Order: sequence, then C-alpha cells, then structure tokens
Amino acid sequence: MERSRLVFSGSGGQGVITAAIILAKAAAIFENKSAIQSQSYGAAARGGSTRSDIIIDDSEIFFPKVIQPNILVSLTQESYNKFSAIIRPGGLLLVDSKYVTIEKKVDAKHITLPMYESVMKEIGKPIVFNICMLGALIGVSGLIKPASILKVLETTIPEDFMEMNKKALDLGMKMGKKEKY
Amino acid sequence: MKNKNNIRFVQGNEACVEGAIYAGIDFFAGYPITPSTEIMEHLATRLPQKGGKFIQMEDEIASMGAIIGASLTGNKVMTATSGPGFSLKQEALGYACMAEIPCVIANVQRGGPSTGNPTHVSQGDVNQVRWGTHGDHAIIALTASNHQDVFKITVDAFNMAETYRTPVVILLDEVIGHMREKLVIPEPGEIPVVERLRTSVKKGVDYHPYLPREDGRLPMSDFGAEHKYNVTGLFHDMWGFPNNDPKVVSELLRHLVDKIENNVHEISMYKEYWLDDAEFILISYGSSARSAIHLAKNRRARGIKIGVLELQTLWPFPAEMVREKCSGAKAVIVVEMNMGQVVTQVKNAVDNPRNVFLANRIDGELISPTDIKTLLRMIQGKGV
Repeated sequence: MERSRLVFSGSGGQGVITAAIILAKAAAIFENKSAIQSQSYGAAARGGSTRSDIIIDDSEIFFPKVIQPNILVSLTQESYNKFSAIIRPGGLLLVDSKYVTIEKKVDAKHITLPMYESVMKEIGKPIVFNICMLGALIGVSGLIKPASILKVLETTIPEDFMEMNKKALDLGMKMGKKEKY
Repeated sequence: MKNKNNIRFVQGNEACVEGAIYAGIDFFAGYPITPSTEIMEHLATRLPQKGGKFIQMEDEIASMGAIIGASLTGNKVMTATSGPGFSLKQEALGYACMAEIPCVIANVQRGGPSTGNPTHVSQGDVNQVRWGTHGDHAIIALTASNHQDVFKITVDAFNMAETYRTPVVILLDEVIGHMREKLVIPEPGEIPVVERLRTSVKKGVDYHPYLPREDGRLPMSDFGAEHKYNVTGLFHDMWGFPNNDPKVVSELLRHLVDKIENNVHEISMYKEYWLDDAEFILISYGSSARSAIHLAKNRRARGIKIGVLELQTLWPFPAEMVREKCSGAKAVIVVEMNMGQVVTQVKNAVDNPRNVFLANRIDGELISPTDIKTLLRMIQGKGV
C-alpha cells in the first residue's frame, strides 16, 4: 500500500485524538500494518484546536510526524482554517457540514458530510461523533476494514456502549461509501 | 487464532512500564511531571496488581530518597521524571552512586533549562545525566528510539543497576514517551533478568557491605533484616563507616569509576544501519535517530553511501566503538536536539574531529529528515 499520512483535527473534547488512536491501533494490531499515532500536546485539552497525526504503511515507519497529510479530517472551522493549507496536493479533505464551511482554495478532494447531524438524529448521543467520522473516513478511503475498528472497540469500551458505536460506525460507512475518492 | 494478548499499541512511557514489570520492579516512588507522567500513571495500576508498592511522594527529592531506601531493603526500584525533577534528584543520585545502591531513574526529556518547554521534545539533559551530581563518579545512561527497544533497555537498566550496584538513567524524550506504536511483550525468559546478589554470610556473623568478592561484586544484605551495617554518603570503609584515610578515599573513588568505565564493552549497546560501506555516517539516539534512519534509507535509494550509528548507551560513552565505526567515513554528522552534547564526545573519540558536524534542532520540534538533508547537501558541496 501507499504510505497513508493522516491528520485529524478538531476541538478538544470532540474525540479526534481517541479516533486517531483507535484507527492506528486497528491497523497495527488487527491488520498487521506499521502504524504510529502522535498528538500535539498543549493547553488545548478542551476547546482550542487539537491535532493528531497517524501514519499507516506496510513497511516500517521511522520519522513519526506528518508534515503533509494525504488525508486531513477537520471537525471545526478553526482547525480547518489552521490546517487545510498543509494538505498534500490531490489529497482528501473530510469535514463535518455542521461545523465547517469549506473554501475550495486547496488542491484536494473535498468531502463534506453531515456526520454530527446524522449522529444526533439517528443515535442522539454526540459521544459517538468521532466513531461516525472514522466510519465515513474508511467508507471513502477503504483504508482499513470496519471489522478491525470494531475489534479495537470491543477491547476498549464497555459492552453496553458497543451497539451505539457500531451504529455510528455503520452510519459513517454508509455516507462515506457514496463518495468517490 | 493466535493469542494476541502480548501485542500492545502503546505510548513509549507505557513500554517503559512494561519493561520495568518484566524486569521485576517491586517499588516505585515519584512525583508527576510532563512528559513522564504516564510512567507513573501506569505503574500506579500495574504495580499493585503484582504485589508491588507504588507511592506518590511530596516531590522529586523525596521520591529519590524513597527508592534508595526501598532498594536497600531488597527491592528493585524506579522513579520517573523530566528535566526539572531530574535536577532536584541530583543530590540523592550522588548518594546512590557513593553508597552503591541499585536504582533506575527514567528521565523523559523536555525543553530546558528550568521549567522550559514542558510539552515539547528536547535532548538537552545528556550532559546533566553525566555530571549533574557533583564529584568524580561514573554513571550508566541508556536510551532508545522505538517502543520495542524502550522495553528492552528498561530491562537492561534494571539488570545493570543490580550487576554494577549503581543508579542507571533511562533517558527518553517527549516524542518517544508520548507517541504510540506497536509493542510485543517478550515471553518470560526471552530477555535475561538479573536478580539481586545477596550475601551468603549467615545471620549473626559479621557482614561487610563494602568488601568486594573475588570478582569485584558486592553482595547485598536487605537493610533491617539479618545484618547490622552502616550506609553513608561519606567516603567509607568495608563496614560502611565514614573514613577519610587517603588510601581508603582513593581506592573507593577508583572503584566507583572503574566498575563502570572498565566495563564499557559490556554496557555499550548500539544499532547500526548500512555502515559497512558508508562514506557519510549519521550518529544519533532517541527520537532523532528515527529521522536519521528515515533520511539514510531515503538517500541510500538514491545511491548515496550513508549509514546510521544509533547509540543506546550514552554513558559510559563508547568512544572506542565510535572511533572504529567512523574510521573510514568522509563525514560524520551527529543528529541531536540540543546545542551539541553528544557531538563533543564524538569529536573527542574520532581520529579526525574536523570531519564531525552537528545537525541539531532546539525549538521543541522533532528534527526532520529534511533538516538533516540540508546539512548533508552542504557537506557534499551541493548547496541547499
């Protein structure tokens, strides 16, 4: 596979870092790929823009940071404004329609999906917004199998929450699969 | 299906914790500080599970005192901190050197001096590890650039602390401590674990805590158990009592230095990448070694004869090995995130110090392969 360099960005508390850890862990443990996740630390634990870098590849990864992502996910306007310029030309830019209004200035495939609104409508709990985003991302990109994400969730979250997360992942997958990348 | 319980996806700090557990840690005392806190956090869970003791002390000084005391009573011990806390530990660290008390101190480096740049990477404590505490002494410092190696050198750190009866510093950095990657926990027995060497002297018979055996090692007796003896930071005789007889002073100081400096070959650990025909050698360690390896792999693909020497033992500095490895190189580039700490050692070690260059970054960001490439091109006369 081609090396995938991803940046997840959003606001502290949206779960972008958790989503990044789940994705990288799924790739590393359940798909036997090399994967590295890192995040910017600072005073942005809640509010302010947060960023997490993920690299996934078949071969060993040495330099662990992402300089030019080929996939950028932005879940807030602030993080979109801050990071959209770093995307690799021809890359994929996934944003949430409620939070981000895109300006098509960068050379990338822009995909805007109503992830937050669908989660609120179908599930009613914002805590699975990030899992819906992961579903949409792998729906669009085919980066890893959804089953691998579910396996990670099974080992990290209480059983009672599994159904809700599964639903959110499926919701995202359905939206993502309709898009061409 | 294969049992995957031993495969983890963790931060470097957790890899260090798992290494400590594997090595048989019994006791941890610490005070939280970014970017080392996860070591403490995970040990707070892991240690009680295996019957060990975890304690959060009032500060870093007390933590160092606590692990020294616990080690004397027969436990394998560790503390973890970052630069500001490591500064505070220096006095007690010297005490552990003098009293020859096995202990492991993890320092996950952040930017300094002072409280500096807490959430960002640096490798500025290399010289502090060597000379942070006063007086002539020797010390062991180990480092690693990936989680599998962090695990391994943590086990090695505990082993060396026991073997040489000395403090051993695990020198990580913010990038390695915080990033997540895969770790496969080795099976028991896969990495040897050195246990405490205890005296065979019976209860009620005089035990000399500082009387070396034929092989130079000093068997220990759990303090407060079977034997009465003295421990002090003053120069001392074989009973452990203060003594400033010139012969006693000189012999003890030589012993403290020689037991480590005479075993550089045993203690020295390193990895090499494409060194056999390398005209350009990158010497690095910790997270910056990842950038060095990345660049070397990339340049090799373009036909440039470049290799990497990754140091895992920083102290005692493996000068002889570095000199040998670099003997055929046109240029040696030391890649580190400080104003030039290991580069000074490399210049002292090699035959031709004028061919040694420093590729560094000190702004809290991980040095990138491009940063190194820029310097390489200048040395090659290709410009930037």
